Amino acid sequence: MKKETLSVGDCGDRRNFLIKLTSVVGGAGVAATCVPFVASMNPSSDVLAKAEAEVDLSGITPGAMRTVAWQGKPVFILRRTPEQIKAAGASDGGSDPEPDSKRVQNPEWLVVIGVCTHMGCVPNKEGPGWVCHCHGSQFDDSGRVTRGPAPKNLEVPPYRFVAGNKIVIGKA
Amino acid sequence: MPGRIIKWIDQRFPLTSFVEHELTSYPTPRNLSYWWNFGFLAGFVLVLQIATGIFLAMHYKADTALSFDSIQHIMRDVNYGWLLRYMHSTGASAFFLVIFIHMARTLYYGSFRTPRELLWWTGQGLLLLLMATAFMGYLLPWGQMSFWGATVITNLFRATPFFGDQVVVWLRGDYTVGDATLSRFFALHYLFPFLIIGAVAVHMVALHSVKSSNPSGINLADKDNIPFHPYFTAKDFYGLGVFLIVFSIFVFFMPDSLIEPANNIPANPMQTPNHIVPEWYFLPFYAILRSVPNMVGGVVAMGLSVMMFSFMPFLDRSRIPGGAHFRPIYRVQFYLFLLDMLVLGYVGYIPPTNQTLLIGQVATLCYFGSFFLHPFISKAEERWMRARGLPPELLALFEKRPPREKLTREGEAA
Repeated sequence: MKKETLSVGDCGDRRNFLIKLTSVVGGAGVAATCVPFVASMNPSSDVLAKAEAEVDLSGITPGAMRTVAWQGKPVFILRRTPEQIKAAGASDGGSDPEPDSKRVQNPEWLVVIGVCTHMGCVPNKEGPGWVCHCHGSQFDDSGRVTRGPAPKNLEVPPYRFVAGNKIVIGKA
Repeated sequence: MPGRIIKWIDQRFPLTSFVEHELTSYPTPRNLSYWWNFGFLAGFVLVLQIATGIFLAMHYKADTALSFDSIQHIMRDVNYGWLLRYMHSTGASAFFLVIFIHMARTLYYGSFRTPRELLWWTGQGLLLLLMATAFMGYLLPWGQMSFWGATVITNLFRATPFFGDQVVVWLRGDYTVGDATLSRFFALHYLFPFLIIGAVAVHMVALHSVKSSNPSGINLADKDNIPFHPYFTAKDFYGLGVFLIVFSIFVFFMPDSLIEPANNIPANPMQTPNHIVPEWYFLPFYAILRSVPNMVGGVVAMGLSVMMFSFMPFLDRSRIPGGAHFRPIYRVQFYLFLLDMLVLGYVGYIPPTNQTLLIGQVATLCYFGSFFLHPFISKAEERWMRARGLPPELLALFEKRPPREKLTREGEAA
């Protein structure tokens, strides 16, 4: 008797619909459960807290460079001589042309992240500019790539001058 | 008594039939040469790496402030720590060596051809897992090479479209390779070998379904198969003895030959060593990465260079049965490819100059050329060989094999 009262076709549609709905809701639940696992691999709060670094510039003589750590990355601070400023302003660099004036806030001070834009090695100060020994990229005294596989110039971090001879690297 | 125990088990679990099916009556071609030992050797090295690794993990500390010193602690203070550590570091190289020989054998004898494509692809998956495990393990000593190797390789993910920078930060858990990176690499380095065990099980199921290939490159008649045990257990263990002699020479007399000296300097995120090189087993792929002038192109080329092997079942258009032994042009191609790998390895090892860049680029072109031209070469070779007349045995097989061969399983009508 029961078989006759229940239409098989309706029951099938209803069941298929419920199965699909349950699968979608279940799938969404699984996806949502993945979020905390994936997010846990992003930088933790203590790592994010390293986002700013204050640097005292006094004691850097003209032509000298200091390497400071910001977010665990080396940042090159180069106090350029008038000749270096002139040489950097004379060209727009190599494969990623950019005028020197756009890369500095004060022509005397060049602040760039000391991480090669190719594979992340730290270039060495050699002659005019830097040379990355990993894959042979070269950068000028404005941190612009002049030859080698690096696709971009050395990155300029966000920074601002405070109280005369101090800078704060990082977004405020 | 033992008989009664086994009977008791057999009523509840297919112990005897499993051993019979997979070992004591598992049909194995009787003409297998020693080149067929290397799969077993890879399995042995896997067990050795897991065993030494678990005991090393009992003394190792995954913390940037402690990890470098904990390795020194293992080497100096832990009883036989030096032995565990040298077996583990030498074992990594041994693993890649036996896997490369295992792959070279597969390519030479055409073992990847129908019906063993899935066997070959599961092996490819194993190679990727092995590479990932080795790469993550290399960070753990926290030396200069560890640090900069991990920096360069995680940087490769900058090539990801749209989210490149975020992906790199996510992988590292920090803006640079740091404490978060070290801890997660340790966790995953411990996990991955067990994934490898799972993948090996799949590889073995695939193998026992299609059975071993053999140096003739053609499927043998039943009368030419012999049981795996005792014949090939004996042969495998003899090969293991030879392997262990070579392995022991490295472990006891020249363990540092496989460790870069720069890795004895603790990691310094502010200073890249003047010359960074990956471990020897990554050198050819690293050379391909360096040879492409464009960064994204280099990453894609390097990824592709590892994956190219999986396309071999599609690229090989020849219907001539058998491996390189019966195919003169394929044989030449095989040896030239090995030579090309050596050239790439050398280029990857030395510091980049204009000349080595050019050599690397030519070798990279040859590397990909030998794959992409293979459909045409193999087809031309087939025509050339047929024009010359195949030996009667091969001709009979060749004519049985229609151009689009339908795969038939054992026991089904052919």
